[in-house]
Amino acid sequence: MAVLRPLVAALIALAAPLAQADITIGVSLSLTGPASGLGIPIGNAIKLWPTSIAGEKLKVIVLDDATDPTKAVTNAKKFVTEDNADVVVGSVSTPAAIAMADTLAESGTVQLMQSPAVLPAGKDAWAFRLPQGNAVMAYAMVEHMKKNGVKTVGFLGYTDAYGESWLNDFKAQSQQLGGPQIVATERFARADTSVTAQALKLVAANPDAMLIVASGSGAAMPHKAIVERGFKGRIYQTHAAASRDLMRVGGKDVEGAYVASGPAVIPEQLAAGHPSKAIAAEFVAQYEKAYGPGSRNQFAGHGYDTMIVLQKAVPMALKKARPGTKEFRAALREAIETMGRTVVSHGVLAYTKDNHWGFTTETGLILKVVNGDWKVE
Amino acid sequence: MDFSIASILMLDGITNGAIYALLALATVLVFAVTRVIFIPQGEFVAYGALTLALLQLGQVPGTVWLLLAMALLAGALDAVAGLRRGLPAGAVALGAARSLAVPVAVTAITVWAAPLKLPLMLQSLLTLAIVTPLGPLVYRLAYEKLADATVLVLLIVSVGTHFALTGLGLVFFGAEGFRNPSFWDERFTLGPVTLAGQALIIFMVSLALIIGLFLFFERTLRGKALRATAVNRLGARLMGISTSGAGQLSFGLAAFIGALSGLLIGPTTTIFYDSGFLIGLKGFIGAIFGALASYPAAALGAVFVGLIEAFGSFWASAFKEVIVFTLILPVLLWRSFQAGHHDEEE
Repeated sequence: MAVLRPLVAALIALAAPLAQADITIGVSLSLTGPASGLGIPIGNAIKLWPTSIAGEKLKVIVLDDATDPTKAVTNAKKFVTEDNADVVVGSVSTPAAIAMADTLAESGTVQLMQSPAVLPAGKDAWAFRLPQGNAVMAYAMVEHMKKNGVKTVGFLGYTDAYGESWLNDFKAQSQQLGGPQIVATERFARADTSVTAQALKLVAANPDAMLIVASGSGAAMPHKAIVERGFKGRIYQTHAAASRDLMRVGGKDVEGAYVASGPAVIPEQLAAGHPSKAIAAEFVAQYEKAYGPGSRNQFAGHGYDTMIVLQKAVPMALKKARPGTKEFRAALREAIETMGRTVVSHGVLAYTKDNHWGFTTETGLILKVVNGDWKVE
Repeated sequence: MDFSIASILMLDGITNGAIYALLALATVLVFAVTRVIFIPQGEFVAYGALTLALLQLGQVPGTVWLLLAMALLAGALDAVAGLRRGLPAGAVALGAARSLAVPVAVTAITVWAAPLKLPLMLQSLLTLAIVTPLGPLVYRLAYEKLADATVLVLLIVSVGTHFALTGLGLVFFGAEGFRNPSFWDERFTLGPVTLAGQALIIFMVSLALIIGLFLFFERTLRGKALRATAVNRLGARLMGISTSGAGQLSFGLAAFIGALSGLLIGPTTTIFYDSGFLIGLKGFIGAIFGALASYPAAALGAVFVGLIEAFGSFWASAFKEVIVFTLILPVLLWRSFQAGHHDEEE
């Protein structure tokens, strides 16, 4: 017996790295709370993930952060210390995603953010965003405006970070591309009961087009107010408004609106040469098979794209280190930074060491609301 | 700024101000009778608008189940208290049945009527019938046992109630907003101003409600009982007025006014589950103008808040909320100079 004991210990020691070789993915999403409308579809897409990558079993741990940054940090700490996660996905709400970033960067763990969160310079070494940033969307919008002879734009946006960052990104893109000028800037808040005053002032400035920066059903009220004040020019909306809630609340007043969007949700209408056409069709087919016709949405697309990124990066990282080690996590980051042009359902990603936003300018589309439905322009 | 712009802004400000005025009146009423600073007032606005929105979709709104659950809880508490006091079981059962009758009836009617997609007016009445009883139940469950506590304790309970009701609103209605159909789609053009039928309805209903409240307080026994309680709780009690009944009545009125405001404002903007808070808060600032005591001053103050909001949005839309809420400082200063020195607690 005395001889056996060290032998057994040695065997266990040998077996341990094998058992640990599973790739652990920690997922923190807002499955409850105000951002649950975004988190639940991503959770659904994650349920359709394959069980292994390159022969390595995947261990996916999904936790709810309740749209609460504090809870998200607790989840991130648990992933890092208890689960020894190789990569962390989340969160979908921007404040929660930002809150998690510090913990994950400290431990050297790749964070695949499901929100276009803006981090201070130098803080996003370990964070990669899956949703499109405002800049690539503003690029598509400016191009569309130029094509249609829009020279002046009135801006009506949220008084928060989203409105502010759109204003800056739009100005920057427009300047670079020689696009339209912003001639009037007005703000409002989601809970406002009226934007009549802002609409009055904007319409009085008489721009060729209006840009409304708001999200979901909140985008309909300012749109209606501008139409009610007799504005006859084009009205543009951002990709945060690209949901059916815009038509549900806005009704016939949002008819003819131009809305920025990623390509994931309308593969049928994409031009034959669009890089994402095939993969977006695949995403929609897979997701709607599981959750019913018409269930497709942009957020589930981000969940789907996360797996495409991992499927490309993990085999590269596996050549350098074993999962469960610090080296593997570092190799994974390097792999994502160096894997080059990657076509996903939402467009084309090309992360580099200095660009963790990824998406190229081929990504943004402009949709038009025609008869209460989307039509690619 | 020329005359036409100013008149459009005035109309917009008075339309919103009329809603704030209703909420300011409710805030004053609740504070005068129960000394509760009723922060959840705005939640009834959102509940009213969104309950109607879900009825429009042919769904049974979650507020119905909240009503039933709260009524059952209140009934159970009453029954336990009754049995402890040694009342006969029959009397206890009768009391419970009496307090449960209305909520159960409302629930049954809603479950039956929701899929039928009744005309808008009937759905609006049903919405009022669902949301109004929530008021007395909130008082019964959250405040009644603490009726003699300090204003500060009651304020803290209000904050808690506000968070609970907002959270439930998210569960019932989801994170996205709704916009209800207009009660009256007509539009009238008066020079540069276009008057929407809905705005006209808002003015008329607000005016009718203010007159109704005036008559209620001046001409009816119950109204006078409420006023008596507001003047002196102990004295009113000695005169045989139930202060608990007065509290429930005032909360019922507050919930009714809130739900009605929700119905009025629902067609003019998108209402989210958490929209009510800011709307209620602006009503509260109006109420501050009346020092939480004077109804006419509160109503005028609220209309003033609406006007400031409209003109503030025009001149500096990024600072609109700042302008509206900073307004409270000079008003408080003016009020404190005018009122002289008072003790914190009377």
